[in-house]
Amino acid sequence: MNNLTTWERMELIHNKNRPTVNDYIPALFTRFMEFHGDRMCGDDGAIIGGIGFLSDTPVTVLAQVKGRTLDENKKSNFAMPHPEGYRKALRLAKQAEKFHRPIVCLVDTPGAYCGVEAEKRCQGEAIARNLYEFMTLKTPIVTVILGEGGSGGALALAVCDELAMLQNAIYSVISPRSAASILWKDPTKEKEAAEILKITAEDLMRFGVCDKIIPEPEGGAHLQPAVTADSIYEYIVDAVSRLKTVDLKTLLDNRYQKFRKIGMFTE
Amino acid sequence: MNIEDMFKVVKARFTDDNHQTVQAEKDVEIPQDLLFKCPRCGGVLYNDEFVNNMKVCPKCGYHARLTWQERLDMTVDKDSFRELDENLVSLNPIGFPHYEEKVAKMGEQCNMKEAIVTGECTIRGYRCVLGVMDSHFMMASMGSVVGEKITRAFEYATEKGLPVIMFTASGGARMQEGIISLMQMAKTSGAVKRHNDAGGLYVTVLTDPTTGGVQASFASLGDILIAEPKVLIGFAGRRVIQNTVRTRLPDDFQSAEFQMESGLLDMIVERGMMRKALSNILKLHGFPKEAR
Repeated sequence: MNNLTTWERMELIHNKNRPTVNDYIPALFTRFMEFHGDRMCGDDGAIIGGIGFLSDTPVTVLAQVKGRTLDENKKSNFAMPHPEGYRKALRLAKQAEKFHRPIVCLVDTPGAYCGVEAEKRCQGEAIARNLYEFMTLKTPIVTVILGEGGSGGALALAVCDELAMLQNAIYSVISPRSAASILWKDPTKEKEAAEILKITAEDLMRFGVCDKIIPEPEGGAHLQPAVTADSIYEYIVDAVSRLKTVDLKTLLDNRYQKFRKIGMFTE
Repeated sequence: MNIEDMFKVVKARFTDDNHQTVQAEKDVEIPQDLLFKCPRCGGVLYNDEFVNNMKVCPKCGYHARLTWQERLDMTVDKDSFRELDENLVSLNPIGFPHYEEKVAKMGEQCNMKEAIVTGECTIRGYRCVLGVMDSHFMMASMGSVVGEKITRAFEYATEKGLPVIMFTASGGARMQEGIISLMQMAKTSGAVKRHNDAGGLYVTVLTDPTTGGVQASFASLGDILIAEPKVLIGFAGRRVIQNTVRTRLPDDFQSAEFQMESGLLDMIVERGMMRKALSNILKLHGFPKEAR
């Protein structure tokens, strides 16, 4: 599996049978209840939030929703959240902090939605606010990138104590297609751009951004969804139980340092 | 349709905005040094006149982009600026073709090593930590060095109990540094949070253009958000949105005035009044005035 090109991985994560959070949530959590709304302007179908048991620990789940059918995707806006989605996530994250529930974020988005209404409701501010608040939430946060980690829209659910990626997932500051159109004025050169950008799980391990690669079955997650879900479950249970034992000050210092140390420069 | 916006060549918007005016004047050759043509209203005036007017278009009030030296000259008390971390230079984390050469070339052109200058200064006698981004340097996109300098500026201010004023301008995260540039959004936001939790005051002045990953991180996190008139502020690029919605966007879309109405901004302040506004904010927060 490790010798797949970036482009081959991208084809895998765009496979229409690739499991989504709608498949994973019932497999990972029991007694899951979905909570709606940002208490300000609406309820965004692109982000599911709620609570459930992870093994015997109550956790808050925040997840970006990809649909499989057109109807599902209409509801979830192809997993591209509006500001109210990020604000719902923040509301539920604060609730998690209050009740000392660890937070599990499942990321799978091409990016935050770009549109007039999103701008009017201050999309940039909504993302910024999540980065800012998640940095000091007094409860453990674990993020798993399931497929697409699309830039700021993904990062808004990825300020965390530990970040894991499924083996074929990608995490990038810009989509290869957009990068190609900027670099060569030719979006069809996205394959080349995908390699240049260094966006695979292995790349991100090297940069210290990703902490753990969760293996996928030979041929991709869609061939054995249950096996993939088991691997994700095993990782999350382990990460949450480890992080729960860390005292709060250390937890928050480590979280700050996790991002603080990223950058490559000379002086 | 998704994240192209993080890296827009923001100039393009002006062509969209003023279709007719720009068309009509397209054929007129303008000697670059002598005349200034406003990208907002298309008006033409003598460059001297434009410079004497603090680079504000007298016809439409557009506040044009400044170099970091011009911004410092207009903003800080004479000889009060002491630069911090001036020697940071970015490496090439993802091995992006010709990146080091590009950075070095921009550095020479703009007389700075990276797209932001940070330091400590006084403004009408009030001490603060200041950051000035310069859009002439790779559209002031945020990579390792921009992120690190902002983070250090906030950490320094937190340690010294000083307020922070950031003049932001950016096309967004710096694609040439890949995922490392995205992480600077989280890093800078974390530093702002720590400064905030220590009781620090942070004022953002959004200048032309503040967009993408910078608008979606520290630029939107000030206690007080000020913008210069008519400047471009937004998350997504205009053309990206245009392609998504397929209707013509209003001319003032993502202008400071539009963002004021959207509820993002506390106030819009003209360039000539900026020093007064900033010093007044510092005074109202109880900071002492130093003898000059």
